[in-house]
Amino acid sequence: MAEIAIKQVAKRFGGFTALHSIDLTIADQEFMVLLGASGCGKTTLLRIVAGLETPSQGEVWIGGRRVDHLPPRDRGIAMVFQNYAVFPHLTVFENIAFGLRMKKLPQQEVERRVTRTAELMHIEQLLKRYSGQLSGGQRQRVAVARALAMEPDVILMDEPLSNLDALLRLEMRAELKGVLAASKTTTIYVTHDQVEAMSLADRIAVMHQGRIVQAASPVEVYRNPAARFVGSFIGNPPMNCIPATKTGNGSWTVAGLTLPGPKSDKHRIEFAIRPEDVDAGDEGLHATVRVVEPLGPHTLVTCDVEGGLFRAILESSAAIAVGDHLRLAPKADRIRWFDPETTNAL
Amino acid sequence: MHGKALPYLLLMPATLFLCVFFLYPFALVAFEAFTRDGGFTLDNFRTMTGNWKFPVAFWNTILLAAIVVPIQLVMALLMATVVSRLETGRGAALYIFAIPLGISDLAAGLIWLAIFDQSGFLNTLLSNLGLVDRPVMFLGYQSKLTIFVAVVLAEIWRATAIMMVILVAGIGLIPREYHEAAEVFGASPWKRFVKITLPLLRPSLQTAIILRVILAFEVFAVVAALGGTNFPVLMGETYNWQFSLQDRNVAAAFALLILAISVGLTLFFLRVLRVPKEARI
Amino acid sequence: MSAVAEMPIAAPAARKAGNWLLVATVILLSVWVLLPIYLLMVNALSSPEEVTAFPKRFFPSFDFGSLSFFINFAGVGRALWNSVLVATLTMILSIGFGAPAGYALSRFDFPGKGTFRFLVLMTRAFPLPLLALPLAVMFIRTGLDDTAIGLALVHTTLALPFAVLITFSLFSGIPVELEEAAWTLGCTRLQAFRKVILPLALPGIAASAVFAFTISWNEVFAAAVLTIENRTLTAFLLQSLGESPLYLKFAGGAALVIPALIFIFAVRKYLFAMWGIANR
Repeated sequence: MAEIAIKQVAKRFGGFTALHSIDLTIADQEFMVLLGASGCGKTTLLRIVAGLETPSQGEVWIGGRRVDHLPPRDRGIAMVFQNYAVFPHLTVFENIAFGLRMKKLPQQEVERRVTRTAELMHIEQLLKRYSGQLSGGQRQRVAVARALAMEPDVILMDEPLSNLDALLRLEMRAELKGVLAASKTTTIYVTHDQVEAMSLADRIAVMHQGRIVQAASPVEVYRNPAARFVGSFIGNPPMNCIPATKTGNGSWTVAGLTLPGPKSDKHRIEFAIRPEDVDAGDEGLHATVRVVEPLGPHTLVTCDVEGGLFRAILESSAAIAVGDHLRLAPKADRIRWFDPETTNAL
Repeated sequence: MHGKALPYLLLMPATLFLCVFFLYPFALVAFEAFTRDGGFTLDNFRTMTGNWKFPVAFWNTILLAAIVVPIQLVMALLMATVVSRLETGRGAALYIFAIPLGISDLAAGLIWLAIFDQSGFLNTLLSNLGLVDRPVMFLGYQSKLTIFVAVVLAEIWRATAIMMVILVAGIGLIPREYHEAAEVFGASPWKRFVKITLPLLRPSLQTAIILRVILAFEVFAVVAALGGTNFPVLMGETYNWQFSLQDRNVAAAFALLILAISVGLTLFFLRVLRVPKEARI
Repeated sequence: MSAVAEMPIAAPAARKAGNWLLVATVILLSVWVLLPIYLLMVNALSSPEEVTAFPKRFFPSFDFGSLSFFINFAGVGRALWNSVLVATLTMILSIGFGAPAGYALSRFDFPGKGTFRFLVLMTRAFPLPLLALPLAVMFIRTGLDDTAIGLALVHTTLALPFAVLITFSLFSGIPVELEEAAWTLGCTRLQAFRKVILPLALPGIAASAVFAFTISWNEVFAAAVLTIENRTLTAFLLQSLGESPLYLKFAGGAALVIPALIFIFAVRKYLFAMWGIANR
């Protein structure tokens, strides 16, 4: 049982604030992904949970125990590093056994656990090798095996797949998901790759400039972004945002289309819609086609709407040419509205 | 992470050591150079400059540095370029070129004594070739020029390695792509050396020159082995005043002079060969 | 690899000529370095009569007369022992003080770091053997005059900056993540250092220790100023330059050179990394 609670954790480096008062609770056995661009503070937050970084303020609780003053070794965690950190002077066996030996487990138990995790990660034939004789993917497996062998309450992973090539990354992703689900540990996983986040996470915490903008399930984060940043960071191509002008109480005009929206005393707000959530029809946003990119199952159409770029993913069957005028009808239940000042959802 | 005191604790021994055995002695040297029998005075400097050997020692040292360092720079660059172009035997060539780095200046002096001595190898060679009838006295008190040449050769032999090693390391830091790009644009090997290697090597050149110039003013044992008292240099005079003449105040004045020259030249080369941070590799 | 090899195949003659020039230069420079050492060895491995005779042979007679005269000469044995003792002490002191400082510089950011680096780099601009002059007085007061430890302290000021900068670059070359991984796997800071960092840094530390030993072994000026009875080999040779016969000098020179050749050979792998990084 290891629930992780991060309470009002902040981190400042000199005059720079890397984290502004973060609150986040991760349930026992939950797979939480911290997602954000580089420099958003996700790795700092992970390192604070690990005990490799001291928070400037706030508390970290693991399994009902306050741990922010404990060294990493007393926190019941295991960590997988971005560059794997496989000890080059030890064999694979001794790497996996390293933490177990520190715990002074009997030799028999050490061997049992090393063999088991090595089999789990399909590296049992590599146990006698040194790190220098391993490929990147194999090192990565050793690093995960070393963490799993500790049978920790919590596994922390810092961009573990980012140094692998695309194909290997895909394979490892699926494998990691299976192994970690079976191990029933609580996991915090840091990545900047939205696809990785979507595919692995029970919940995603999207971070931006030292704050958690939204923490929710992958579907929720995708469908109902809590802020403009989430909409534009997640999804490829990103969410479209165009200005909407008030025409009445709860009624807004967007690119020649009048839509029901939130009641607000603001005169202008932002209308947002994902590219796949519009259909070309007789009614809708006025758009002029700029670029047409057939992608096989769909066609990506980049248009001019209200003087700004607007991307739409349309049926391949539609015959669309550059310069055409289209009417793009948004699906009513997929429309999001953002406050232009706070950028938060309305 | 834990304990902000740890780095200071780790630095403490080295810092204390340098304070006691580096900063404090230099304060002492300055103090001794400006005092005599407990009172402030410039007498030590007057005694130093008034001695007939002083101008000789001073100009010998300067001349030696002025001739040796540029030749060494060229040779070190040659060695470094040659080594970086070798495909086979690179390690062996590097080791051979670096050997003098580990050799004491006294030993270097003795090595060249074996060559320049009256019964040495140079005389043997000359007499075998029939160029001289009887051995020439190269290192006698009347042959200042040959002593100078012998010291120059020994110094070049001994201390080129230190510059070479710094330059080899520096050349290793220059990405090959720059040379390849220059080659694609049609630069000849010489042009590439002048336009790419030399400018990018400037930080290493700076260190190598500073280090070598300071060493040049410390020249002592090589001269002692080859010229004895026939070829006075500043460091040798310092030693004489301390030992033979038993006047450590004047010795301190000499030390302060050498120090001032070294620090002055370091600052000079730091300024002249300055590389802006943005222009570094 | 080499610019020569990259030249178009269209000019094989020019390329061949370039290669020959390269090889010839390497050989010439090697001869320039090795020949003087060879000649010293010829002298050291000849009988005293042969050394003072004229004309000379260019090959050694492998007569150990000079060497045995040198070894049995009064004071030489003691001087050799003193040299080894002082160099060993220097090695221990400079690594003992320098390695922790190098580790601190590579792993921590803290106020005062810049000042310390400046202090270390500043030693470069000073002719350090001159320190022996004021220290001679201080040592007489503290009873360190004419002792191995006193001279080792001065030699440590020469070797310490190198030890700091070399170990700094060594530790910086070991990823912090290895240490952090050890912490998360149950190590204290000290255990992580002992089990992970030390094994990885040990060859480099050994190399810089050898380097410190060599610096002390070779140093002449401070050794000559600070020792009277307990002279090191360099001090002994320097002070007997005036009166000692040629064959003693050459045998002594060989005794200085041979360990140096071995030291440089032992650290050859680290020579360039050490100097290259230590001197930036």
